[in-house]
Amino acid sequence: MAHPKENRILLKHADEDYYSTDIDCYLKYGGYESLKKALTMKPEDIRLEVKASGLRGRGGAGFPCGVKWHDLVDRKSGKPIYLICNADESEPGTFKDRQLIHKDPHQLIEGTIISSFANDVKLAFIYIREEMPLGAKILQKAVDEAHEKGFLGKDILGSGYELEIVIHRGAGAYICGEETGLIESLEGKRAYPRIKPPFFPAAKGVYQCPTVVNNVETLCNVVHIVRMGGEDFGKIGRPNNTGTRIWCVSGMVQNPGYYEIEPITMKELLYDVCGGPLPGRKLKAVVPGGGSMKILDVDETYKDRDGKEFGFDDIIVDYDGIMAAGSMSGSSGMMVMDDSIDILEALGNILAFYAHESCGQCTPCREGSLWTKKITSRMCTGGAREEDLDLLLDLGKNIGGRTVCPMGYSTTWPIESYVGKFREEMEAKVKSNTCGMADFDERLIEK
Amino acid sequence: MSEEKKDDGLISVFIDGQEVRTKPGTNIIEVAASVGKEIPHYCYHPKLSVSGNCRMCLIELGMPGRDRATGEPILNEDGSPKIMFFPGPAIGCGTNAAPNMHVKTDSDMVKECREGVTEFLLANHPLDCPICDQAGECRLQEFSTSHGAGYSRFVEQKNVKPKRTRLGPRVMLDDERCILCSRCIRFCQEVADDDVLGFTDRGSYSTLTCFPGKQLENNYSLNTVDICPVGALTSTDFRFKMRVWFLKHVKSIDFETSVGCNTDVWAREGKIYRITPRRNDEVNDTWMPDSGRELYKLVDGENRLPHCKAGEANVSASDALAKAVELLKGEGVAIVGSGRCSVEEQYALKAIAETTKAVGVYLVGRYGDDDGILVSRDRNANVRGALMTGLINSLPEESLSDLGAKIDSGEVKVVLSVKEDLVAAGLSKDQIAKVKLVSFDTQRYASTDLAGVVIAGLTPFERSGTVINQQFRIQKFHKAVPGPAGAVDDLVALATVQANLSEESFPSTVASVWKQLGESGPFEGLSFKSIPDEGVLLDGSAFGALPFAEGKSLHFEPKQEAVAAE
Repeated sequence: MAHPKENRILLKHADEDYYSTDIDCYLKYGGYESLKKALTMKPEDIRLEVKASGLRGRGGAGFPCGVKWHDLVDRKSGKPIYLICNADESEPGTFKDRQLIHKDPHQLIEGTIISSFANDVKLAFIYIREEMPLGAKILQKAVDEAHEKGFLGKDILGSGYELEIVIHRGAGAYICGEETGLIESLEGKRAYPRIKPPFFPAAKGVYQCPTVVNNVETLCNVVHIVRMGGEDFGKIGRPNNTGTRIWCVSGMVQNPGYYEIEPITMKELLYDVCGGPLPGRKLKAVVPGGGSMKILDVDETYKDRDGKEFGFDDIIVDYDGIMAAGSMSGSSGMMVMDDSIDILEALGNILAFYAHESCGQCTPCREGSLWTKKITSRMCTGGAREEDLDLLLDLGKNIGGRTVCPMGYSTTWPIESYVGKFREEMEAKVKSNTCGMADFDERLIEK
Repeated sequence: MSEEKKDDGLISVFIDGQEVRTKPGTNIIEVAASVGKEIPHYCYHPKLSVSGNCRMCLIELGMPGRDRATGEPILNEDGSPKIMFFPGPAIGCGTNAAPNMHVKTDSDMVKECREGVTEFLLANHPLDCPICDQAGECRLQEFSTSHGAGYSRFVEQKNVKPKRTRLGPRVMLDDERCILCSRCIRFCQEVADDDVLGFTDRGSYSTLTCFPGKQLENNYSLNTVDICPVGALTSTDFRFKMRVWFLKHVKSIDFETSVGCNTDVWAREGKIYRITPRRNDEVNDTWMPDSGRELYKLVDGENRLPHCKAGEANVSASDALAKAVELLKGEGVAIVGSGRCSVEEQYALKAIAETTKAVGVYLVGRYGDDDGILVSRDRNANVRGALMTGLINSLPEESLSDLGAKIDSGEVKVVLSVKEDLVAAGLSKDQIAKVKLVSFDTQRYASTDLAGVVIAGLTPFERSGTVINQQFRIQKFHKAVPGPAGAVDDLVALATVQANLSEESFPSTVASVWKQLGESGPFEGLSFKSIPDEGVLLDGSAFGALPFAEGKSLHFEPKQEAVAAE
């Protein structure tokens, strides 16, 4: 059930008892009306609507969707344009796309069809991660149903427009969420991200053709942009952070879950919506945008551009608000830690993930991620040395920004922020050699 | 940015402030190298696609700044354009020269990047240089010294990987040494056209492997060993045989086919240990076939002829040559030359043919399948040399049946054969028995045993000279090791025979032969000394009508007429 502070647009029906994934149910509640409207428009006009809406990508980087569509996609080469829906949602702490796929698959299909139409695409892919077998099944059923009803295939609804959607399952690698890694994987190769330049997908994507890659939530938003019109959609939220965002709150709050909200403050989200910390506990830190983003200390004070100071509670939960606090909203996976958490252990946990998921293509991330993981594992199992914290920071510095893809930062940013903000706590633990709890999860240590 | 140079199609790039004129799009590593600035790299290879994975070539990149609003150039106080450098480093190998691009190859940030990458590469590296064949020519070893910190901060357990994986009959993999640069994978895909290598596993546990059911057995597999920047891929032939710093290398040519791959022959104390390709962008790039690397084994092969012979007896070279001259003074001399002789030897042979008024001059043709890369259909290295020296004027046939008929008819009574097995070339032993045979050989062939005189000669590794490849490119090869004590240099032997037959002096060294060759004719103006290492293209148009056998290969397109004739 929706919380009163939520503004559910994408998830409007998702959790209601009356709602199912059937196409009939979707049609009953106004489904595919946006598509019908879109097909009466010119593709270019849809792109301009999306640009006017200010919709930013929900995948992590927050790049304006309309700019990508209208200004960057190479339409001069004469090559076919492809669209890929990035449903490889694998950032730690993020589970919004799964809800959209599992609970309202036709919304995504409709968004994909409209977006394909807007970009003159005749073949679209939905790349869904291996770990979502049910989602893939649901989507395939939805695609088949849409075919039956004439929303897909040749001459969609008599408009002459033609589109096929291929549901492609990944093989279980985090790096496939990086768009060029995804494209390589889709082409049947090892998911090594491509070097940019020259391989910007908008110019040279899948099969070396211009390709539009968008996140699930982004594509779902397109349905509502077409329905409302770009300008009206742009009134939701605040300027440059338009629309709602689905935040995945996990960890030590009373009501973890996914919440579709317009920008509100951190205090409102964590205390009002999520019910605050567990009884008798105090919040300690929050990772705001999925595991790779910089951690926020709840006791910190931040300065905005005008030099005005503000506290953690006042951070506005959207792209710019979290950016102002020195982190990023990323994939909107918000992980909350309270005072029961050993911060060094948390760092070890997150580094273990990125060491496990480093694709191994380029040197700094491949060697650096495992090395830093080995250090934190050792520190957490009683072998901490005083110089380890500085070593971690230095290694982190040698990874981020020197790799093929942005994943290098996934190791650098946590190290920088966890060690930077909780150094005293860590140093105390190092000195007393009480890092990590006795039941440190051995499974995290790769054999 | 001198304006007057504008129309030469070149652009200005600034390497550490130094202006370089280069073609637009040239790889920055190459641009920097052209002015003597080394940008260290592992995965980049000039003849392979860019993969950008080692991150060793990180540089600082900048462009002249422009005001965002007005588009006007931003200037320094002195009026020079202000160069805006990107905040982060960029890979040199993935950067192509653009007008007025500025590159820093030795700034503090660049040095720090290199040190960082070096430290990462060494973290899980076994550091087993003392037992590694690559030591001495290892990029990792060199760059660790020049760009590394000199000490290790790594105190964790190193990853353990397989040390001896057989990738194919000639290539062995040590996984722990592998830095995952993917050069070998790209080589197999892009050059050898035999996509058998790939990585399995992920992250630091990534492992090079052959695809299931496949092995690295193509005829170019050893090139992966050459381009491996570390000691991960080693040659099973060369493995553990010799430390590379003891070896001296001499420039040579692969004699297998008419492609004429440029090679280096690596030897120590008169013994050859390996042959590697030598870069020639017009012929073989940096590659050569595996088959050509084994030719050195002929030097000490079991059929090697160590002595000259007269009949059954071993004799000195001078006695054998005297006997040969005696036989060749007779009537009805036929000459069987070889497409594997050098231009100089063919020139001497041509002189002998004229002096003896030879009733027939032949070459034995050898033809096989071409692979479209660096093995051509013509398995003689120097048929075009024989054509250009005038020894022959048509393409050789595989069988000497014409000579056989002349022997049967009694027209031919003496045969001078150079480096050819007449039995293999189609003469019967009876036919050979009918004539007096003077045989110049390095190996003991079936016909060698039937010869009246055998002059033991030298392999291409033991002599110097020139050969002309399928492109009509004349290329030099040099002596790498001395020949056996009982053998005589082929050119010396042929010159001695000619001088004795004609009773006039004849040049017996490569340089002196070239004094004559360079005077007039197709080689006019050339000398052995003046031919550069990459060879000289000669005018072969006089032979354009001949139906040469070669198909398309790496840097060779057959003439249209030749294709049509097939």
